Amino acid sequence: MDFLVFQYPMITLQACLDGILLGVLFALIAYGMALQWGVMNIINIAQGDLVILGGYIAYFMYLYGIHPAWGVIVAPVIMYFVGIAIYKLVINKVVDRDLFISILATFGISILFMQLMNFAFGADVVLANSGYGTTMLFDNNVVLPNSKIFSAFISILFAICLVIYMKKSKLGRAIRATAQNARAAKILGVDTEKVYAATFGINAALCGVAGALISITFTIHPYMGLPYTIRSFMIVIVAGLGNLPGVAMSGMGLGVFEEFADYILGTEFRIGSVFLLLVLILVYRRFKLSRKREYLK
Amino acid sequence: MRLNKIILSFVSALVILFSTSVASFAKVVGDKIILGAAISLTGKYSSNGVHTQNGYNMAVDRINSMGGVKVGGKTYKFDIIYYDDESNPKRAAQLAERLISQDGVEFMLGPYSSGLTKAIAPVTEKYGVPMVEANGASRSLFTKGYKYLFAVLAPANLYLDVAIETAVELNGGKPVRIAQAFEQDAFSQDVRLGILDAAERTGSKIIIDDKLPKELNDMAATLVKVKQMKPDVLVVSGHTKGALTAIRQIAEMKVDVPMLAMTHCDAAKLSKQHGKNSQYALCASQWHKSLTYKDDFFKDGMTYAADFEKEFGYDPPYQSAESSAALLVFKDAFERANSFDQKKVRDALAATNMQTFYGNIKFAPGGQNVDKPMVLFQVMCDASGSCENKVVAPLKWASAKLIHPIPKWSER
Repeated sequence: MDFLVFQYPMITLQACLDGILLGVLFALIAYGMALQWGVMNIINIAQGDLVILGGYIAYFMYLYGIHPAWGVIVAPVIMYFVGIAIYKLVINKVVDRDLFISILATFGISILFMQLMNFAFGADVVLANSGYGTTMLFDNNVVLPNSKIFSAFISILFAICLVIYMKKSKLGRAIRATAQNARAAKILGVDTEKVYAATFGINAALCGVAGALISITFTIHPYMGLPYTIRSFMIVIVAGLGNLPGVAMSGMGLGVFEEFADYILGTEFRIGSVFLLLVLILVYRRFKLSRKREYLK
Repeated sequence: MRLNKIILSFVSALVILFSTSVASFAKVVGDKIILGAAISLTGKYSSNGVHTQNGYNMAVDRINSMGGVKVGGKTYKFDIIYYDDESNPKRAAQLAERLISQDGVEFMLGPYSSGLTKAIAPVTEKYGVPMVEANGASRSLFTKGYKYLFAVLAPANLYLDVAIETAVELNGGKPVRIAQAFEQDAFSQDVRLGILDAAERTGSKIIIDDKLPKELNDMAATLVKVKQMKPDVLVVSGHTKGALTAIRQIAEMKVDVPMLAMTHCDAAKLSKQHGKNSQYALCASQWHKSLTYKDDFFKDGMTYAADFEKEFGYDPPYQSAESSAALLVFKDAFERANSFDQKKVRDALAATNMQTFYGNIKFAPGGQNVDKPMVLFQVMCDASGSCENKVVAPLKWASAKLIHPIPKWSER
């Protein structure tokens, strides 16, 4: 245990800012997960692998001399079609089955993606350099890499665009209608099959954006997807489905929690602390639910 | 009934044929010495697995084309049976078992990484199969009393203690303050033990001692501490991702530290991925092409590097060089034993005392090579931004002078 983080206010501030910037990025991935969970009742274990694949798209652009920030535009376009392809090949066969089947199916996709990426791109850890420099605050005591600020800004931008799209566009309305009641939507003429495919595509596109941002701020590797899946699962569990402000807050909360866990317990417990939090929240929710049930009795 | 009998006899004939053909596919056949190796051709170690395989193949071709191995007045050629261990220790152990008991291999080459070597060593030991390995440096491999394990490389605890000693020396012999961050795998923890030893020896103090997770991609917390506590040396070891993450975040967070020492810079292709940001990083390496060791097969490091590049299209990392050296050791041992008896070859291996282009090789009773020091190189860049690794320690092989302390970010 190390409580350095509370002894210097500057370190506390640094941890909070790092956590918030990181959390916004997590929230973007989690939003995609919440969307498809809500609409299709599918928990996508391959979420993190889609993120990493998006990261590789930005990385390859960087390799060929294109600034990786353009990946934020290219990766979602490519990933949208990857998402549609996965839907047509696998997901549409499990979409009406129970949750367990879809978890198994997406788990399989996850393993397949990991191995394919390893096969195609190699096992090396890679990253894309944005060359964005650093912002120094408070007499150089707080440092914020501009790449992190950039990725938080882009995440927020995409989230806002998506909310507007869901509210205003025809497809957005269809998606929301399907999420509320798929059968009723179908009766009223919504092509739910199309809605499902589009939802999966949008989720993959969001993962693509997040992946491109991760390749700019951190590193990517074929086997690094799972922690992102777990984080987004955790955020969605806390925030609930279809609650974007909740997802954003829960994402930032998780980011800050992780940073503090990192300072206090050590970097090695960073992911472990997320797992622990997940268990605690699940237990708490169950406890709360059972109390509600008693009350109803 | 008749038909059944015919089928039965046909099947048994096949079985007999198959079993004899398996038996003949083994050890020393005709003029071939068949070695076995389980290597990570897929999975997370696949890049280094391929470097290892290329190193082995390069040496096999070279030795075979230069006259092969002479045993009992006859000339033999090397051949290797490879299996893919999928970077999985369990699979590696199974494959070792298969190589020895099914394929009849009597001599083994090591896999890539300490973890996989640890999985295979008990199997080779059980069957008394001599194994020369080139990519397992963990200290724990050499403290188990294995009799048939020989490693051409220096053990992991020696990777970075040179850096601490150099730092103390540059500090006028006074102790230094060390910050360190290590991944929690066998190898990195051994490197850490080496640093602890060096710190104790020199009276230095460890002020930050962080552990890094396997899925590391953010070490900002450690670096914030480094910024606040201002140590004299920062040591990082977390395989490729540790090296890449450290350099990226040190540059982004403008962390000033007089000395930065790391492992796996070679594999991370630091200067290629990070350019000038990686400048001044000190890296531990088993080998560097500019070292002046010599042998009859590859001449010296520079010639080896040029030949390797011609054949495989890239500059050889030390993983390839040490793998090639393993074959040279086997050849030497076979010729001195003048026999293919496993015990005799084992004794000959234990008595090895030779120089190869990769370094001097002499095994301690535990099996580690004690005659080859680690080298430290520093990433140095010129004004145009092209960077090169230059050996700075030990002084005997230094091709450039160590730049110390590292200039502050504000002055770069």
